[in-house]
Amino acid sequence: MELAVKDRDTFSVVFTGHVDHGKSTVLGRLLADSGALPQGKLESVRETCRLNSRPFEYAFLIDALKDEQSQGITIDSARVFFKTKKRDYIVIDAPGHVEFIRNMVTGASRADAAFLVIDALEGVRENSKRHGYLLGVLGIKTIVVIVNKMDLVSFDRSRFEAVKSEFSGFLDKVGLVPVSFIPASGLMGDNVTVRSEKTPWYGGRTVLESLDGFDGIPVLTEGPFRMPVQDVYKFTKFGDSRRIVAGRVVSGSVKAGDEIVFLPSGKCARLKSIETFNSAPKLEASAGDSPGFTLAEEIYVKRGEIAVKKEGPRPNVTSRLRASVFWLSESPMVKDKEYTLKLGTARGSAVLESIDKIFDPEDLDKDTGENSLLRNKVGECVIKLKRPMSFDIVSDIRETSRFVLVSDNNIAGGGIILEPLKDKQSWSRDKVIQRDIKWEKSAIPYRLRHRRYGQKPWLIVVTGEKDAARKTIAKKLEEDLFSEGKIVYFLGMVNVLYGVDADIKGAGNDKEEHIRRLAEVSHIMIDAGMILIVTAIEFSREDIDLIRTSVESDNITVIWVGNKVTTDIEPDLVIERPEDVENSVGKIRRHLAEKNALEYDEE
Amino acid sequence: MNHLDILENKSVYILREAYANFKNLGMLWSIGKDSTVLLWLARKAFFGHVPFTLIHIDTSYKIPEMIEYRDKITREWHLNMVYGKNETAIGSGNSYPAGKTDRITCCGLLKTQALKEVLSAEGVRYRFDHGKGKYVQDPNGDPFTGIIAGIRADEEGSRSKERYFSSRDKENAWDIGEQPPEFWNYYNTDFPPGAHLRIHPLLDWTELNVWEYIDREKIPTVSLYYSKGGGKRYRSLGCYPCTFPVESDAKDPAEIVEELRTGKFSNIAERSGRAQDREDGGGLETLRREGYM
Ligand SMILES: Nc1nc2c(ncn2[C@@H]2O[C@H](COP(=O)(O)OP(=O)(O)O)[C@@H](O)[C@H]2O)c(=O)[nH]1
Repeated sequence: MELAVKDRDTFSVVFTGHVDHGKSTVLGRLLADSGALPQGKLESVRETCRLNSRPFEYAFLIDALKDEQSQGITIDSARVFFKTKKRDYIVIDAPGHVEFIRNMVTGASRADAAFLVIDALEGVRENSKRHGYLLGVLGIKTIVVIVNKMDLVSFDRSRFEAVKSEFSGFLDKVGLVPVSFIPASGLMGDNVTVRSEKTPWYGGRTVLESLDGFDGIPVLTEGPFRMPVQDVYKFTKFGDSRRIVAGRVVSGSVKAGDEIVFLPSGKCARLKSIETFNSAPKLEASAGDSPGFTLAEEIYVKRGEIAVKKEGPRPNVTSRLRASVFWLSESPMVKDKEYTLKLGTARGSAVLESIDKIFDPEDLDKDTGENSLLRNKVGECVIKLKRPMSFDIVSDIRETSRFVLVSDNNIAGGGIILEPLKDKQSWSRDKVIQRDIKWEKSAIPYRLRHRRYGQKPWLIVVTGEKDAARKTIAKKLEEDLFSEGKIVYFLGMVNVLYGVDADIKGAGNDKEEHIRRLAEVSHIMIDAGMILIVTAIEFSREDIDLIRTSVESDNITVIWVGNKVTTDIEPDLVIERPEDVENSVGKIRRHLAEKNALEYDEE
Repeated sequence: MNHLDILENKSVYILREAYANFKNLGMLWSIGKDSTVLLWLARKAFFGHVPFTLIHIDTSYKIPEMIEYRDKITREWHLNMVYGKNETAIGSGNSYPAGKTDRITCCGLLKTQALKEVLSAEGVRYRFDHGKGKYVQDPNGDPFTGIIAGIRADEEGSRSKERYFSSRDKENAWDIGEQPPEFWNYYNTDFPPGAHLRIHPLLDWTELNVWEYIDREKIPTVSLYYSKGGGKRYRSLGCYPCTFPVESDAKDPAEIVEELRTGKFSNIAERSGRAQDREDGGGLETLRREGYM
């Protein structure tokens, strides 16, 4: 495993722990004793305290430094910059802030390592656990626990061991293994930068030694290849004909010549070249790189998909998932509200289906029948997505298991996926992905075909109540488009029923299989470049989702014919007075034109 | 992968996220070393192209070599270049050099105000016409909704409180206390109508990293940064009435890297040659809350 070289670069750490357990004190002591402070600063703060007859606190020192303009050390409400002999450090989020958790999450996610401070006398408290748990969810692997205020327990070894064993037990349950435990006194300086004579029984590192001893963050160059697609670029305007798929590799590596699959779509192509600007040509891209590549075959891929290798473990594709979610927004996470979920570069609508457990620092196994997740709480939830996404679970690949939830324009929470759950379309989707991976491509690139036909293939689904003028309108639309030179075809559900479906017709209530077959036929016709108009009675939202599973979701328009929408379908357009066929077709045409459907364009 | 590669890859990722999320995207180019590195990173991200507008605020007091350099690069790299100016303030002599205001007010008028007007499309913009080879007045277009800026966290206190993606309201004001969280590689790319987002791909870079990268990539920069034998060079560039050179013999990026590594400037703030920062105590923070970069 390759380690990112962090030598001359800055290393970032975050201090966490229950309030008053001594975060500022340990940090202040560390700065003072490692020689990071401007000359005379410590003395002048002590003097000020004496004059105001207040006991000296290292926290005051940190406050005093906030006004400093010196460059050796800079402090503000967000970070402390300082140097040791070995390297430069940024301590993210100087402690003591009201918005501690929100800033800790922002800070800790950028941190290379974390210190968690526990008061030896008071022992493990609620926030010790909460912070420990959050660090685990955020994925900070390097955690050092400082058992502080050892002076208050006479540097008693058994007290240290007791705290250590209680907290290790807790961390173990949430799947975290701390690097070490340090018995220290921030106030007296024991084991902060110099080894204490009062802890002869302790053979480990001081706080400063552990800081300088941290390794860089391992880069996941081994493991399965994963690259969320940021965009597909074609800068023809600038005289560049390359089509470049760009993204950031978050796991594994990929070489020119590899077979790539894009998920959720299941599209496949061979990687032709890795593109760069002002650097040597590259044959391989691995975790941490932000490459771009061209493909040997032309396929339609877009932002939000994730590129993986054809060989090797594939991510899940589904629209339901179980996750550990931490909530940071003032208004709680509730059911029946739509959130935007971002996962890799994918983004879509999501709802909270259920909360199965809320993390309780006192009782990890407690079930709570709660309906909402309050600020700063962590819960195990089931989330339902409007459209399926592709992801891994946290125990396989951390990077592609992480998501955030957006509410009122702001990131309101985050989560890691524990388990993929089946949804109503899973049975069909698995077939479709397999179909796409096995698909034998035609010799004609799709773009050439579309250009020749002068159209964008499209599926127009016309549904509505029985006896409504569905078919009349659909056929008039077909005639109109045909007379304008479009390659268009009308397909009624019944046409499939007695042919493709002959073997299952009447055999029980297998509506779903009928729809799947209709969708598969549609898929072939659309791949052949056609505009297809399909009619059926009273499709529901699930029926449409099933069709979307088989047919490229972007190229579908759903029209409901009739005054009243009688199912839970969410049509793109409702035709309210279907008796007026001319007018109805006109409305459909205008809607399609607005959506930029049907007409061929170069990009 | 060394530390510069790590920084480069992250910045490239952020630039592409910005491009994917904003239709009206612009990048502020002050001609200085940081925003020039940013411009270079954009060419990395988009494989030699810069698919958005570059914005320069001309105070009419910029050192002439900066403007020459700007236009040369614009031509060579086919940049979509726009500049804006607060012509009212300049015309009526409402500036520090003309003697009517103090430094902070001058920055507020010639930079912050001009910037606001260019971003909102309320002010006059001049766009470089590559066919004609000169600037022409730009028919007022749409306001920018995403602005990429080359600020770094290590530069100065208030900048370290920044997020990679940071929302600003109509008045360009910035609420430091109430910023939403930003973690993993997810950014706040949504914003209420009328607001815009500032994007900061260089947040994690230091002054040293910038020079190391300029040296490694051989990025063309204005020669004002280098000593031409007189023992002086500029460390930070701005308007000539308010910018002063530092004592240094460094003749090229490699020598600047060396100079920074040996800690020559370790006790002097990078912007110490910029007089407006020192007025009224927290000059830059005051300016920044009101929309200054
Ligand atoms: N006796 C003793 N007191 C300490 C020690 N470390 C911190 N304190 C005191 O505990 C209180 C809280 O410390 P502080 O660093 O502000 O805690 P924070 O809230 O975690 O940042 C202060 O009054 C400190 O003086 C220590 O090692 N020994």
